Amino acid sequence: MSPLAFTFITFAASIVAGVCGSILGLGGGIVVIPVLTLLLGVDIRFAIGASIVSVIATSSGAAAAYVREHMTNLRVAMLLELGTTSGALTGAFLGGLIAGRWLFLIFSVVMGYSALAMFQKRHSDPSVPVPPDPIADRLKLHGEYFDEQAGEVVRYRVTHTPLGLALMYVAGMVSGLLGIGSGSLKVPAMDLAMHLPIKVSSTTSNFMIGVTGAASAGVYFARGDINPFIAGPVAAGVLIGATLGSRLLGRLKSSWVRVAFVVVLLWVCLQMAYKGIVG
Amino acid sequence: MTSTQTIPQNAAVLKVELLISNLLRIGVITSLTIVVIGTVLTFVHHPEYLQSRDALADLISGKNAFPHTIGEVWTGLLMLHGRSIVIVGLLLLIATPVMRVGVSIFAFLYERDRIFALITTIVFLLLLLSFLLGKATA
Repeated sequence: MSPLAFTFITFAASIVAGVCGSILGLGGGIVVIPVLTLLLGVDIRFAIGASIVSVIATSSGAAAAYVREHMTNLRVAMLLELGTTSGALTGAFLGGLIAGRWLFLIFSVVMGYSALAMFQKRHSDPSVPVPPDPIADRLKLHGEYFDEQAGEVVRYRVTHTPLGLALMYVAGMVSGLLGIGSGSLKVPAMDLAMHLPIKVSSTTSNFMIGVTGAASAGVYFARGDINPFIAGPVAAGVLIGATLGSRLLGRLKSSWVRVAFVVVLLWVCLQMAYKGIVG
Repeated sequence: MTSTQTIPQNAAVLKVELLISNLLRIGVITSLTIVVIGTVLTFVHHPEYLQSRDALADLISGKNAFPHTIGEVWTGLLMLHGRSIVIVGLLLLIATPVMRVGVSIFAFLYERDRIFALITTIVFLLLLLSFLLGKATA
C-alpha cells in the first residue's frame, strides 16, 4: 500500500467513526483503533494516540451543532466535568498502583450490567416524574429540547445529581487508568442515575469527552505518540463525520439510539472481559 | 406540545450557548483547514509517497521521525514541512476544548452566575494541573 492509499483509507474509516461516535456520545476509538491496528498494521502506540485525537475531534465537531440545538445540557455537562477531570487526575496518580487486569474485569461486569439496565428502559416514558433533587433545582439543571423525530419539545427534570457526579468521577478515573470508556461509562451514568433523555445523555457525553481527551492528549503528544501522518487523516475524517452525524441524531428515533448504544456497550464489555482474562 | 423549533429559554443561557457553539465551530474549521493543507504539502514535498510501499512502512512505524516538541514543530514550520503543519492543526484541535472551558468562565461571570463561574474555574484549573503533571510524567 502506498502512503497515499493509507491516507485515504484512514480518512474514510474516520468519517464512519465520526458519524457513529457523534450519535452515540462516544469517542470513536472503537472504530479507529481496530482499523488502524488490524487492517492497516499501525503500531498500537500510534493507534491510541490517533484515537485520543479522534475523541476530541468527535466532541468538538458535533458539539457546535448540538449546543446550538439545545440538545446538550450545558449546565449538567459543566457540573459533571468536575467529576470527570478530578477522576482522570486520580487515575493518572493511581496508574502504576492498580492491576489493570482486575479493573478490566470489574468494568466489563459494570458495562454488561449497564447495557442490560439501559435496554430494559427502552419502553419507559420520559414524562414519568423523577424523584425531586434540590441540588438540581438550585443549580437550574432541568432542561428541554426540540426532538425533530418526535416533532415535539421534550421537557425533562434532572435527578440524583450527587450520584451522577460520583459516577463521573469513577468514569474519569477509569478512562485515565485504562484509556478506554471515555463515553461508554458517561452515557449510562446520565441515563440510569440522572434520568436524562437518551439524546441529551449522548450529546452531553459528547460535549464532555473533548475536555477529558484534551487533558490526556498533551501527555501523548509529549511522549511522541501522536504521529501526524496517522492522526492527521483521522482528525480530518472524524471532524467531517461528526458534523454529518450531528445532523442525523435529531432525526433518529430515541429508542433506536438507545438500542444502538446498548449493542456497542456489549461489544466494549466483551472486549474488556477479553483483556482482563487474556491480559 | 408545540411544533416550533424556538423554545422559550433564559436569554443568558442562549447567549452562552451561542458563544460556545461559535468558538467550537471556529476551532474545528481552522484546525481542519490546517490539517488538510499540511497533508497536501506532505505529498507535494514527497512525490514518492504516491507509490512507494517502503515509505509507508517508515511513516507508520515511526522510523521516519516526526516532530513532537514545540521547538521541532516550529523549525519544521519555518521550512513549511507538511507534517509540522499537520501538528499545528492537531494542537489547535486539542486546545479547542480547553479554550471552551476558559471562555465559559467569563461567560458565566458576565451572566453573574457565580456558582457556575466557580465550577468552570475549578475544571479549568484541574485541566491545567493535568497538563503540568502530564508533562512531568511523559
